Amino acid sequence: MVDTSFIDAQLENQRENLTQFIVDKLKDKLYMANEKYSLSEDEVSSIIEDSTKAYEHSLVDPGEAVGTVAAQSLGEPGTQMTLNTFHYAGVADINVTLGLPRIIEIVDARKDPDTPVMRIYLNEESRGSREKAEEIVKEIEGTTIESISKSMKIDVINMSIVVELDNYKMEKQGLTIGDIKEKLYKLKKVESIEDEDNFLTLKAGDVSLMEIRKFFNRVRSHQLKGIKSVKRALIKKEGEEYVIYTEGSNLGEAFKIPGVDLTRSISNDIHEIQRVLGIEAARRSIVDEIKKTLEEQGLEVDIRHIMLLADLMTMEGEIKQIGRHGISGEKSSILARASFEVTTNHLMKAAKFGEIDPLSGVTENVIIGQPIPLGTGNVKLIMKK
Amino acid sequence: MFKVPKVIDKIQFGVLSPDDVRKMSVLRVITADTYDDDGYPIEKGLMDQRLGVIDPGLKCKTCGQKFGDCSGHFGHIELARPVIHVGHAKDVHKILKSVCRDCGKLKLDDAQRQHYREQLEQTSDRLKSKETVIKEGMDKAAKSVCPWCGSDKRNIKFEKPYTFYEEWDEERNKLTPIDVRERLEKIPVEDYDLIGVNKDVSKPEWMVLTVLPVPPVTVRPSITLESSVRSEDDLTHKLVDIIRINQRLRENIDAGAPQLIVEDLWELLQYHVTTYFNNSTSGIPPARHRSGRILKTISQRLSGKEGRFRSNLSGKRVDFSARTVVSPDPYISINEVGVPEFVACELTVPERVTANNLEEMKKIVRNGPNKNPGANYIIRSDGRRKKITDTTKDDVAEELDVGFTVERQLRDGDIVLFNRQPSLHRLSIMAHEVRVMPYKTFRLNLCVCPPYNADFDGDEMNLHLPQTEEARSEAGIIMKVQENIISPRYGEPVIGGMQDYISGAYLMTRDGSEFPAEEVQESFYESGLLQNKIEVDAFNERKVWTGKELFEVLLPKDLSLEFRSKACRKCEKCEFENCKYDNYVVIKEGKLLKGVIDGAAFKARSSCKLLDKIVKDYGSDEGREFLDSVTKLIISIIMKVGLTTGIDDVDIPEEGLERIDEILENAHNKVLENIEAYNRGELEKQPGQTLEDTLENRIMAELAKARDNAGAAAEKYLGMKRHAVIMAKTGAKGNMLDLTQMAACLGQMTVRGKRLHRGYQERSLPHFKPGDRSAKARGFVSSSYRKGLSPTEFFFHSMGGREGLVDTAVRTAQSGYMQRRLINALQDLKVEKDRSVRDNSNNIIQFEYGEDGVDPSRSSYGEAVDIDWIIHKTVTMRKE
Repeated sequence: MVDTSFIDAQLENQRENLTQFIVDKLKDKLYMANEKYSLSEDEVSSIIEDSTKAYEHSLVDPGEAVGTVAAQSLGEPGTQMTLNTFHYAGVADINVTLGLPRIIEIVDARKDPDTPVMRIYLNEESRGSREKAEEIVKEIEGTTIESISKSMKIDVINMSIVVELDNYKMEKQGLTIGDIKEKLYKLKKVESIEDEDNFLTLKAGDVSLMEIRKFFNRVRSHQLKGIKSVKRALIKKEGEEYVIYTEGSNLGEAFKIPGVDLTRSISNDIHEIQRVLGIEAARRSIVDEIKKTLEEQGLEVDIRHIMLLADLMTMEGEIKQIGRHGISGEKSSILARASFEVTTNHLMKAAKFGEIDPLSGVTENVIIGQPIPLGTGNVKLIMKK
Repeated sequence: MFKVPKVIDKIQFGVLSPDDVRKMSVLRVITADTYDDDGYPIEKGLMDQRLGVIDPGLKCKTCGQKFGDCSGHFGHIELARPVIHVGHAKDVHKILKSVCRDCGKLKLDDAQRQHYREQLEQTSDRLKSKETVIKEGMDKAAKSVCPWCGSDKRNIKFEKPYTFYEEWDEERNKLTPIDVRERLEKIPVEDYDLIGVNKDVSKPEWMVLTVLPVPPVTVRPSITLESSVRSEDDLTHKLVDIIRINQRLRENIDAGAPQLIVEDLWELLQYHVTTYFNNSTSGIPPARHRSGRILKTISQRLSGKEGRFRSNLSGKRVDFSARTVVSPDPYISINEVGVPEFVACELTVPERVTANNLEEMKKIVRNGPNKNPGANYIIRSDGRRKKITDTTKDDVAEELDVGFTVERQLRDGDIVLFNRQPSLHRLSIMAHEVRVMPYKTFRLNLCVCPPYNADFDGDEMNLHLPQTEEARSEAGIIMKVQENIISPRYGEPVIGGMQDYISGAYLMTRDGSEFPAEEVQESFYESGLLQNKIEVDAFNERKVWTGKELFEVLLPKDLSLEFRSKACRKCEKCEFENCKYDNYVVIKEGKLLKGVIDGAAFKARSSCKLLDKIVKDYGSDEGREFLDSVTKLIISIIMKVGLTTGIDDVDIPEEGLERIDEILENAHNKVLENIEAYNRGELEKQPGQTLEDTLENRIMAELAKARDNAGAAAEKYLGMKRHAVIMAKTGAKGNMLDLTQMAACLGQMTVRGKRLHRGYQERSLPHFKPGDRSAKARGFVSSSYRKGLSPTEFFFHSMGGREGLVDTAVRTAQSGYMQRRLINALQDLKVEKDRSVRDNSNNIIQFEYGEDGVDPSRSSYGEAVDIDWIIHKTVTMRKE
């Protein structure tokens, strides 16, 4: 058994040749192996030496077309993914887009994802108690007058809207008739609200039938409480703590609610993450979301490929789409752009701007019939005289 | 002879000026006709012989070259009145809006100009960012009054696709292309940079055409039909229209026709020129052929999947290639491809004759073109080609000398590229060594099927023959099959055993399988291992060999490895090497001590441990050899042991069937109970769901449970004695779910994740009562494949199957497009020498590739270094 200081010293020697991550891991593993097999000094040195060799052996070759490999690695399993858009993601019943449609959605950097979902963790005081979680859910869950009423209809004769409230639901949401009236008065056009038993009658003054219909729709979806765009929230127990899952996403507002853990709560809407948490967080979330989707489908893709994609998408500080309106549309080469999509537009524009194609990419060189500047095509040989 | 290839450094784009057009023109085309009655091209017509030749035998009147050598010459048409170029109409509008209608200057004052020029300077070279600055400046100018001459602001309205109006107060005035051109001419050159026009190559007024280039006839060749009727190209048709209208317009103007008529003709000319450029311009009806077919004009020729760019420029047709059906050959190496003789006789490689290979080449030439390996042509030192025929072959061989080049036929050992479409990843094209074989198909080792995704139900594959020494060595070193055993996608083998190889390995290595020495010797001989890996002496002493002893012959002598086999039952407490099912594999110093070899050892695409370690630790040569020999040995063994499957593999004894029936019966009853509870309104609603959803979910859960239980009941009787079970458990083919579907019950059929409910009103089929929610009426199939399905069940089953088919069809289209976009966006990225990832404009994407610089295909399970393995190796070495 060697002394731990020997391991440390040996590792320190190789620090320059290894990454921090490997050094740390090697240290842990060596400590453990030392306990188990009581290693000799020679063995420790040889393990570290072998590891360094293995690392050096595993490095990429310069000129490697890592982009193409990444694209193929992400695209090829696409044929094996399900198209089933909806699936139950374990949690009671919040729908999330999965499989190929989800990957396409991320790659497209779509502004409004199909199924925005938030996973809200609670801070240390609240995470253990269901009551606290429920309180927060009440704050979060969007409540419209429709969701707490038994029925809503337009009274055409009196040109008013009649709402039959559901006491049970109101109580559950912690709302009183007074609250509701107060909120409703904030709506434009509301002239008077009368309440009788559980009936609310809204008058909107002198309006036409068309207008009252429009007004009805506005009243119906008027937010009484909660975060805008969050339709539903569910509590799930994960291990020792309670976690809130929401349908609909609004991280910015959710973070304002006391009791929410700002460090762990997350959304699956990448643009929202960029707005609220910044571009680095967005990059990370692209990686995580793609990885999660692929894993769920049982497909293996090395994380380096996904990271490269995410880095490219977020390189300029904002999320750029993979495609005509993003990365492919901003290439320096006219020929590359023209051969992708909307051919003539790019050629016309190039003519007007008097653009020069530097012929530095792959497609351009294929088009003009020259070796591409990647891999072995990147190497120039000069004959020795 | 060696030519230094010309390198194109860059390509400048610009707008053609009228003078340029006239300068490059060899002829002003004035006649709208093509050929006269005798079939001769009309002078100064669209088919004038000065524009190039398309008939073999004729000579070009401009350059004197023959058909095929002359690439054609441009002509031109002088337009009687200018017309707007549709492609630039939008830009023209933007420019018109932002310049002063009187003085022609951009409507920005000095300070503003300064500001935008600075911004332009600062932005990167990227077109997009410059475009944004220019757009901002022009928008600003469009909104202001001219700071230079103060003339009043008038709004320019653009009506798609090519009409401009000037609007002020309540008035509205149409701007003719002449007006537009005048205004554009007035713009001073100093302002060009701020309206995004490169002053070196373009001028805004050139976006209004006064002269139209006529492309050479080689661009628009006419074709002669069988009936010797000439049929003109779409572009020619369009040009005829343009010339005809142009002529009429000129005549009318000269004759002093009324303004109205002139304007009408002018508009018509504009229409024809517009559709000549782009016949799918929105807002105007597309020009049609006499037959009603929509004409394909310039824009249509370039764009889209069948357009010039994607079809001809990015994708090229090649010589020296072959395509035929593939069939399996387990006796060739994974590195090889069997090439049929008739293909080999057709494909040639140029080989230089030197003093060293003169005799060899002579021999090859003497074989002639019909006997492989022969030669088809020789190229003499002076560059003259000579065809080799059976009659001339001996003379040619005599003549052969150093400095000649022989186009010799494909022969054993040549490196070729082999490909199967769709080429979804780089493993879809790999380099193989040729083995010339009889018959008509390409032969392929079965282990290489997974990366190509090939099977033998009629698949065809392509073969390409690299022509230069450089290309061949490159292919051999980096594209060889053995170099691609590990997938770059996840760093594990994609090439490996499958199907019978897996079950065969199980049959061979399971406990108790023994083989008499004679049989073993036979197998080793058949698989080519005798005297290669094992000496004949080894059979002298021993009478009986165990399967494990057979297998370890193939293992590297110093390999020590432990892993769980595929059939592992995942017991709660693992006994490791003492596993009573023999599912824990222990290999020590090349000896297979424990455990059965199956999918977990060497199956392709399945995190196989043994193959992975052999390839990564001992190199690809060792990996190839292991695969080649293991597969051959297993074939020999499995033919002795025998493996088959039949309907009796899923027979279940009477008691088992009763048990299954009972389980299903119970489930049916429970479903009915739930439905009744729902009907009585007693069903408790689950949060966030409607009552009906709750019921459906409960029923689905109940039925899924029933299917699982029925499956489990059946599984009890499905022991390893049944060959189908061996296949499922070892990972050779199928899984236990498939087997229980055959033996016990198919379970619920679904469409879009729901039980079947559509078809008729309130019911799925007319055999049921409306509103029937029972299991049977909503697509639960309680029969097994073994028992056979009832008519309604069969129908339900095909409904589920149909969804699967539709899904696959839609998915391939969607994922194909996604992959195209991904490739297009990522293809220029490469690792630089400092291991940073950069694009072709030298923008840094990552400072170190993958944050640790590790190539996934060289990683072990995604990690740079497999520390555990290194420690394991060090420690096991010690115990010697």
